[in-house]
This record gives sequence, C-alpha cells and structure tokens, in this order.
Amino acid sequence: MTTPDRVLPRLAHGFRLQWEEAQGCHVLLYPEGMVKLNRSAGEILARCDGRTTLEHVVAQLETAFDTKGLDAEVAKFLELAAAQHWVELT
Amino acid sequence: MSTTAPAAAGDRPGPPLWLLAELTYRCPLHCVFCYNPIDFARHEQELSTAEWLRVLREGRALGAVQCGFSGGEPLLREDLEILVAEAHALGYYTNLLTSGVGLNEVRAAALRSAGLDHIQLSFQDSTRELNDFLSHTKTFELKSRVGEMLKTQGWPMVMNVVIHRLNIEHIDRIIAMADELGASYLELANTQYYSWAQVNRAHLLPTSDQLRRAEAITDAWRRRLEGRMKIFFVAPDYHEGKPKKCMNGWGNVFLTIAPDGSALPCHTARMLPGLRFPTVRERSLKEIWYESEGFNRYRGTGWMKEPCVSCPDKQNDLGGCRCQAYLLAQDPQAADPVCPKSPDHGTVTRAVAAADADQAPAQPIVFRDRANSLKLCP
Repeated sequence: MTTPDRVLPRLAHGFRLQWEEAQGCHVLLYPEGMVKLNRSAGEILARCDGRTTLEHVVAQLETAFDTKGLDAEVAKFLELAAAQHWVELT
Repeated sequence: MSTTAPAAAGDRPGPPLWLLAELTYRCPLHCVFCYNPIDFARHEQELSTAEWLRVLREGRALGAVQCGFSGGEPLLREDLEILVAEAHALGYYTNLLTSGVGLNEVRAAALRSAGLDHIQLSFQDSTRELNDFLSHTKTFELKSRVGEMLKTQGWPMVMNVVIHRLNIEHIDRIIAMADELGASYLELANTQYYSWAQVNRAHLLPTSDQLRRAEAITDAWRRRLEGRMKIFFVAPDYHEGKPKKCMNGWGNVFLTIAPDGSALPCHTARMLPGLRFPTVRERSLKEIWYESEGFNRYRGTGWMKEPCVSCPDKQNDLGGCRCQAYLLAQDPQAADPVCPKSPDHGTVTRAVAAADADQAPAQPIVFRDRANSLKLCP
C-alpha cells in the first residue's frame, strides 16, 4: 500500500458494517457470520466507503480523535482486513 | 457462525445473535438425512405472516443480527418476500437456506428487491434416484439454472452438500461441479446423526476409509482452488471422537423458531424429555430467551456431571451435544457419547465398526415424508 492518495478502501461484496446497540460495538456482517469489532477497527471500517482515499480516511480519523501519525496503524489494520477478505483495497 | 460471544457463566446470557426462522416443515424433497424432527407431521400449525413479523421485530429488539429463513423449503411460504423485506428493514443480515426448488426469475428478483443478502443453496434429495445423482444431470441442470439467477441478482454462490455413505465416493465430482457452477463457498457437511439421519444411520454412516479418502480429495481441491473457492469440511464427530461445541453453546447465540412457533435452542431440541419450550404464541421472545426453563437448563456448565465436570476441555466443547447425549445415552445431561471419556462411547465405536465392516442395514432406508412421520410417531 504505497499510494495512500489513490487507494479507495471499501467493504468487500456481501459484507455490511453496522453499529449494534445491544452489543455496544460495530459488527461486520457477512453470509451466516459476524465479527465483533473493537472501537478502532469499527471507526476505520466505517470510513471505508469506496469513495474516500486511504489518505483521507487517516486524516478523518486523526481529526476525529485529535491525534497524529495514525497512517501506519490504519494501513496495517486494512492489510489484515484485506487478507480476511473483509475489505478491498482498489 | 464465527462469533466470540461469551458463554453465560452464571451471568445474564448475552443476546441471541442468530434468529433462525424455520418457516415450514413442508418440503418437496424427501431427504433421508433431513434434520427436521421425525414427528414433524404433528406440528403443522404454521405461524401466520403477522406472527412471523412480530417474531422478527422481537428478535431484532433483543439484538439478533443474523436472520436465517429455512424449513422445510422456505420458498413454499408465499409470504417469504414480505418476511425478508421486514427483516431487511429491521437491520438483519438476511439469509435464505433453500434447495432452490421453486425459485424462478420472478421470485429471485422479488427477494433481491426485498433486500435478501444471501442464499445458501443446498443439494436436493439425490438418494431416491441414485442414478440421477450419480450422473448429476438433473441436479446439475437445476443448480446451474439457480446459479444463473443468483449471479443475475448479484448474490454469491454458496453451496451446501450433505455428505454420507451414498455420495461420499463422488466427492471429487461434487467439488468439481461446485466449481463449474462458480461457487465461492462450499460446505461439505458430513451428516450429523439426528432425526431422519439417525433413523437411517446404518445406511448413511461412511467407513473410516471413505472419510479419509474424502478428506484427502477435499484437501487437494482446496490447494487447487485457493483464492477461488473456500471449502469447509464439517468434522464427522462419530469418527473423530471429538465432541462439538453444539450451537456454539446452548442458548448462547442461536434462537430457532419452529414452524409452529416453538422457540428452541437448536432445531432438534424439542426431542429432549422433561423440557418444555414455550411458543411465541404464549410468551415474548425476551421472556423465552432469558427466563424460560428450556433455554436456561443447559446454559454454561452448571448442569454437567462426570466426566464433564472435571474435564479440562469443558469450556471448549461444553460437553458436546445434548440431543446426541439423549439419543445415544438416553440421558441429556450425560457427556456426548462421541467423546472417548464418555461411558457410552461404545455406542459410537460400535456404529463406526459396523459401518467399517460393511454390514448390511437391517432396516430399509426411510424417506422423510408425511406418511413416514405419522408412522414413526403415531
């Protein structure tokens, strides 16, 4: 992932992300299955809409959490998520 | 379902995450391995559309996120599209478990616009016409037609094949067919011996050799199809001697509603003696899930006896399956007899030994149909 200004992360086909009040977390839903997400994973995936570049996803998170230097952490998580076929990095 | 919902260890249980709506026991097929109860003909008072809509709302309010529509054959319910639309609007991820018999372009499009997220296509009964099964002609035609419909509607092709002695030798051809049909996921479900499969066990239990070969063939295909198709081989617990964490824990994740509205921790739990499961006509889902004796009885580990109580694996397998304990040891509190530590493990090893010895079953095979249901359970 060397071009964060070009990569447009989005959820893979058939996957859906939603906030679940009963569980107090974001969950990722797919055919007959579910992954409970921790807070940072939920916040990252909530921004993977296929229209926002990775660079902007990172910028949005840094603004939302009033911090800097999240790019490595976000890129690492998305690579893991892509390996699980949760997201597509196109 | 791969969730990590915690088991209820003395605490209030978590919410049901999976609502399985068994809409009907009616089915055009007569599968000898069917998991519907053998007395299904005694439970024919199906919930109405309005009752199902209430069940869906109550389940979602409790926190359920996955909703499965199954049966019998759920396509036989003419209100399926209405129920899917409501489930989708409520925020469920919606799954339809069907043989595809009765699916046409019009219904596929209607289900898609109702918001159906996913279809799991199971193989139809193939044992009645073994020759057809061996040649795969009719099966293949039906599945390719349905496969085209799925593709048109943008659903992934997810297939499930129940594996048993009568088809295990064809596993190579079955996987090849799934690949030809463009499946992205294939579940090779070794038969679990409940209900009709239990009645027909002597016909269906494969030999240990057959299983070893089938698994080797599956592994070879897995390597070949890496990245194209995922293949899941359900562990055959009779042969492996390893109890399963049934339903991911009793009353932990799954809530099944039978066609007549009985609320069950799994589709076969109604067989257990001394337990009454309320119906959604009598009680709210919330009361049923949190307060009914049926759901509380085997939650956690407090109900266990030896050898489970002192077993280091008790949190991992929760003593295996209660229905299997009842079927094989006539005691739903016993350790699942597939476990080598169970005093009743001999019932399992003898069944496997009989399969390995190729002993001819004493009884003819029994097809799952209404007449046989009434005959078995007068």
